[in-house]
Formats: sequence, C-alpha cells, structure tokens
Amino acid sequence: MNTPVMQVHSIVKEFSGVRVLHDITLDIFTGEVLGILGENGAGKSTLLKIISGIYTKTQGSIKIDGKEVDIQSTSDAKELGIAMIPQEFNLINSLNVYENIFLGNELKKTFLLNKSAMRARANELLKELETNLSPDALVENLSVAEKQMVEIAKALVNDSRILIMDEPTTVLTDYEVDVFFSLVAKLKERGVTIVFISHKLKEVKQLCDRLAILRDGHLVSVDDVTEINEEDMARKMVGRELNQIYPALTAPGNDTVLKVSNLTIKGVLHDINFELKKGEVLGFAGLIGAGRTETAEAVMGLRKKDSGEIAINGQHVEINSIADAVVWNLAYLSEDRQGKGLIMNFDIPKNITLISLAAYAKGLINGKKEEAAAREYVDRFDIKAASLHSHLANLSGGNQQKVYLSKWMDTQPNILILDEPTRGIDVNTKKEIYHFIRSLTEQGVSIIVISSELEEIMGVSNRVIVMRSGRIMGELTGEAINEQEIMFYAAGLKKMA
Amino acid sequence: MLQLSLLITRMQRINITTYAPLIALILLILFSSIVSEHFLMQRNITNVLRQVSYTGIIALGMTFVIIAGGIDLSVGSMVALVGVLTIMIINGVGDGWWAVAMAMSCAVVLGATFGAINGLIITRGKVASFIATLATMSIFRSMTLYISDAGEMVSDNQQFSEVGGGYFWGIPFPVWIFLLLAIVFHILLKHSAFGRHVCAVGSNSKVASYSAIKVRWVYFLTFLIAGVSVGIAAVLLASRLNSVSPGDAGLFYELDAIAAVVIGGTALSGGKGTIWGTVIGAIILGIINNMLNLTGVSPYLQGMVKGLVILIAVLVQFKGDR
Repeated sequence: MNTPVMQVHSIVKEFSGVRVLHDITLDIFTGEVLGILGENGAGKSTLLKIISGIYTKTQGSIKIDGKEVDIQSTSDAKELGIAMIPQEFNLINSLNVYENIFLGNELKKTFLLNKSAMRARANELLKELETNLSPDALVENLSVAEKQMVEIAKALVNDSRILIMDEPTTVLTDYEVDVFFSLVAKLKERGVTIVFISHKLKEVKQLCDRLAILRDGHLVSVDDVTEINEEDMARKMVGRELNQIYPALTAPGNDTVLKVSNLTIKGVLHDINFELKKGEVLGFAGLIGAGRTETAEAVMGLRKKDSGEIAINGQHVEINSIADAVVWNLAYLSEDRQGKGLIMNFDIPKNITLISLAAYAKGLINGKKEEAAAREYVDRFDIKAASLHSHLANLSGGNQQKVYLSKWMDTQPNILILDEPTRGIDVNTKKEIYHFIRSLTEQGVSIIVISSELEEIMGVSNRVIVMRSGRIMGELTGEAINEQEIMFYAAGLKKMA
Repeated sequence: MLQLSLLITRMQRINITTYAPLIALILLILFSSIVSEHFLMQRNITNVLRQVSYTGIIALGMTFVIIAGGIDLSVGSMVALVGVLTIMIINGVGDGWWAVAMAMSCAVVLGATFGAINGLIITRGKVASFIATLATMSIFRSMTLYISDAGEMVSDNQQFSEVGGGYFWGIPFPVWIFLLLAIVFHILLKHSAFGRHVCAVGSNSKVASYSAIKVRWVYFLTFLIAGVSVGIAAVLLASRLNSVSPGDAGLFYELDAIAAVVIGGTALSGGKGTIWGTVIGAIILGIINNMLNLTGVSPYLQGMVKGLVILIAVLVQFKGDR
C-alpha cells in the first residue's frame, strides 16, 4: 500500500475557456479503494474521465508506476491497465455474457474464435467473483446488477489494475449493494486498485480506505476513512453546514385525489389497489423489478392496462395516453432522466416547455414568453448552467433533474409521480428536492415517490406501499415505517392480509 | 485576404459547425468569380438559381424528414410520377389558365398523397423509412413508366410553360417559390410547435413520447411535407420543360436533395438542422455543377466532385461535434 500506482500531478481541465478542474494533485496507491466525493458539478466525473482517457487534460501530468504517461484515448488507458465502468453500461445486449467479456479482446485459434477457451475463462472469472451467472446467458436478460458484474469481469480480462467506477451502486437495490461490497473486497484481494465515485456517504465510509473530496473543481482534502465522519464529509463537500436533509412532513388532507382499483397487466402487475390523499406523500418501496415503475406508467397511460380503474377526485377517468394524463393534471418524472425525460441537445427553455408548448404557441411560439418562464424556473430551482441556452447535455445530473422537474411543473400538476427523483444526485440537490416536495404538499399537491433508497422513502413519505413481483405486499404508516418492516415486505417474508 | 481569414477565425470561435455552410458558400463564390469570368454574369447566376430551385424545394421538405430521423429515397421517382400525372390532367382539362391552376393544385395534392402513403407505411406498418421509401421509389418509377407507356408526355396547354419559364423582377418563378417556401418552412421549423416536435422526435423519440408528443403523427407529417414539396417541384419542372420524360425525370434527385440537406449542416442522425442551411447546401451543389461546366471539366468527373463535397461537409460536421 506504500507504492503509488498512479500519481496525478497538477491536473487542470478547461472546457471552452471555463476551468472546471484546478490543479488537482493526488496519489493513488496499489490495492486501495479510493472514494471520490463531491457535489454534482464538483469535477469528480471530469477527473475520472481524464484518467480513463475519455477527456484529455488541459495541463498537468499523470505517472503510472513512477513513469510519466500520455493518456489520449480510452485505448491508451486500457493499455495501461485502467478500466472505467461507466454508469451506462457499454454492453451489447444481443450478445451473451462471455462474448461481451471478451469483446475487442477475443481469444483466437489462428483465424477462428476460440469459443471454448473464452467460455472456460469467463466461467472461471465469474466463479472467482462468486456469481452464479452463466457465461452463455444473453446480456439482454440480465438485471442491472448482473450487467455490472459482466462489466467488471470484462475489465479483469483486460488485466486492468485500476478500476474506475462512476456511481456503481446507484442502480443497485440495497441487497445488490451488499453483493457488490463483497465483490469489491475480492477485487482488493487480487491487488486491484479501485477508484469509486459515490453520493452515498454511508457507503463510502464502509467501502473505502481513503477519501478525496472535491468542491467546485478543487481538491478540498484527502483523508483516511477512519479519520473522517459523515458530517465532516458532507460539510467539506458543500462547504457549509448541511442542516437536516429531510424537512418535517406535512399532514395530508382527507380527500382522496387518486384511487387506483384492480389494476392488472398480465404478467407484470396483479390487482393493484391504492389511494392517494390530497397533500400526501405516498412512498413506493421495493426491489428493482417489483413493478413500481410499471404501476406509475400504467396510471400515466404509458402502458396498456388489461384491467383496472382510475378515479381522480372521486370521478372515474379514462387515461389511455400520457396526453390524457396531462389533461387530468397528472405528472410523471421517469427514473430514466436522459432516456425518457429530457432532450439532451435542446436548451433549457425548449426542454421546460416541451409538454406545455401549446400555452406558449398561438400559431407561432412566443420565444420571449418561453424564455421568461424558463428564467423563472431557473431562479426558483436555482438551476446552474453556463447560460439559459446551454444544451442539457452540458448540465450536471442534479441540474438536469431540476430542469426535468420544471418541465413537469409547467403543466401545473395536482398529482406528481417521482420515480427515483434523486438518483445520481448530490446531497445538496437532494435536500433541495426534498424541500421542494414539502412545499408542494403544503400547496395541496399530492405526490408519489418511487425510490430504491430506503432512507429516502422513510424520510419523505407519510405512508409507504411495498411492492414485490408486481404485487402490493404491504402498506405502512407512522411508526411502522422502518427499514426492517419495509425489507420484510420487499423480500416477501411478510405479506399484508 | 487577411481580413477574410480574420473574419473566418472569429466565426470559428462562435461556432464553426453552424456557420460552416455559409463560409463554404462565400469561399466558393469568391473562388468561382476568380476562376471564371462568366460566373458572375447575371444570366449565369439566374440559371444556377433556377437549376437549384427544383432539387432545392425537394431538399426543403427532406430537411423535415431527416431532422425527424427518417429518410425519403422516393422523391426522385415521385417527381416523375407527379409530373406525368399533372401533364395528363392538364391535357384532360384543356386550355387556359384555369387548367393550369387546376393542374398545379392537383400536383400538390398528388405529392401530398404519395408522401402520405410513405408516411403510412412507415408509421402504421412500422417499416424503416429507408426500406419503405426504397420500395416506393421503385413502385413510383414503375407506375410512371406504365402510365406513360415510357413515352415522353408533352403538355398541349399554351399557358403551362409560362409558370416554370416565367420571371418576376428578373428572377425566375421557381426561384421565387424556392425562397418563399424556404421562409415558410423556416418559420414552421423554428417557430411552430410542430417544428419543435419534429426536432424532439428526431433527437429522442422516447423522450418525445413521454412528453405527450404524438410521435407517429409528427413523423407521418414530415413525409407528407416532403410529398408536398415534391409536388411543387414536379409541376415547376414539368412546366419549365413543358413535358415530362418518365424514364429520367427526377432521376437521382433524392441524392441531390439529401446531399443539400447534409451539406447544409443537418445531422443525418436527426434532431437538429436548419432550413437556411439546406438552402445554402442546394446553392453550393448548384454552383459546383455550374463551375464544372464553365471550366470544361469532364462531365464524367462531376459526380466525383459532388461526392467529395458531401464527404468534406460530413467530416467538418463530425469534427465540430467532438
């Protein structure tokens, strides 16, 4: 642990003249797990993208094993034994596990692929990683956690010594995170160095040996994990005291604003029944694949229902498309912000008004009105962007999420469904979103929060519904909302009568 | 020259990809006027613009299709089919301006209908636009040949040729229509909800559908627009020549139209593009053709030059994207 495998010296990165990384100097030691913490936009991803060859640095040098190296591309990084496991996996769905593991690195017998050798080696690797994943399974059919496993195996086949992971646990359920932890321990034993970005302080504390904290493109501190507690981490990230992250709950009203009865989609959802009160926050907990997103999409008219009724304010309504849902003042923020939520090459105003465009267009779009509205949201949500006309792709995840919220708020919803509203978002923005949820409930808006983070569900919900395999397993209120109860229902150990 | 290069570097700093087509056009005009003394003569310029306007009008419609993420390969054959049918209609109706007006509106309606057929196959039948329009390209051409018995169709109407051959303020009618349509389409693309939706669908159709946009309807309409622009181009072309030759009318127009759109900076992957870029793209293609003729370059080499220009345009775009 005494020899640095990688020395990053005075790294500076500028994007079109704007400095996003200032003079970062950092040693990374062999076989350690180094956590990199920071708010969105602090420069974590930029730093790691430089190390892994996705971006090129503006100034500075990188040494590996004491020798200066020039990393210009991801293939340079690969040669040097550096592998990045991105948040969005680079796997080919139509190929199976071993084909993906050896992609670009195929074993050959003269001209032909040596499939049996690849399969055997893949099997060996997967065994070492203690998964029961078959080398012949089609990647398409794998869960997110399994796909991640394939990515890691792929990196190991390349003899990577430094694994860079960008928020590897945000896509995992709590159970899968445990599996991931033991995997990291195994990788460490093999002498692999892991650089790890996360927003989850508790997790970082458990997993890492050392922590580097970035703020506004500066390296604030590097500490041994034993010498820093979660409060200090948060303080260093934000640069100020972080008060209570979850605001106190407001009491919901008595009127039922949404009633879903007997909602069924064959093979996906089974007889879903629930009610939502005015001004209430209803949490939907469960493992990934429990049917929570599917329930939301069915309510929004994004999925065809086989049966089931929806009543809004006691009135039966037909919602067969998302346009119908918008008419009934329903709003839905998908968990897949980039894939289903926002148009990355549109600017902020165009994204915000995409659903509510009719309100800005009497024949032609009133560009001034559109911009004025966007500016209001930028102020209201404190959206940080170089300019109002920055493309969404250039905004950090937290700011993208705020634009996504603005987009739906512009439809003036009475019922708001938030699917993983804080996934991949820094602590500070999370807090802002929780406070925003509260201020909405005060205004009488009813909110459904779907989340795989138990702490979040417990922190924001008046009431919690737990789903498993397309069924509602239980409903918790008040004191009964605790981690253990939720997990019992989610894991199928307990079921409401 | 120094000032020009200064101007160029300044523009590069603004955004090279946005202004690349315009810079290319200016350079091309400067170059052409130096190389050939005939280039800047009014008659030559008028000629270039007229030649450009037919494929240019089609390229305007094609811009919508490509921004929405599709492609329309059938436009060339559609020009021939609409042209032949228009001549049949005008000959059926008889003489006089009334017949001309009738034939012209029919041409637009026919173009819209064929465009709608493409759109229906693509959105209802869920066939990839490349394949669907590859099929209709063949179908339209074959229908044209069958209807006309592969013989040249000549108009008997005395007034018809005045439309495509006419001038207004010294500028040919087709050029006026090209520019007018460009303005209308520009407004439609940049300032209407529909145009916004076209860009959204082409950028990310999933996000568009999750934003309550009728994705299939929008996509359908882009093919309808392409059809309408083909209808307009076809009637102008038929009237200019006072005839339509079913075998080669509109031949390779789809390639010229796509080339104009791409040279104009519209991404073939969809999601972004401009109408004025397409106008410039069409004019660039026209000037290149014209210069090759004026300087006496072998006609066999003209395709190569066109191909190189398309490649350069795409390479510049690609570089700018990174």
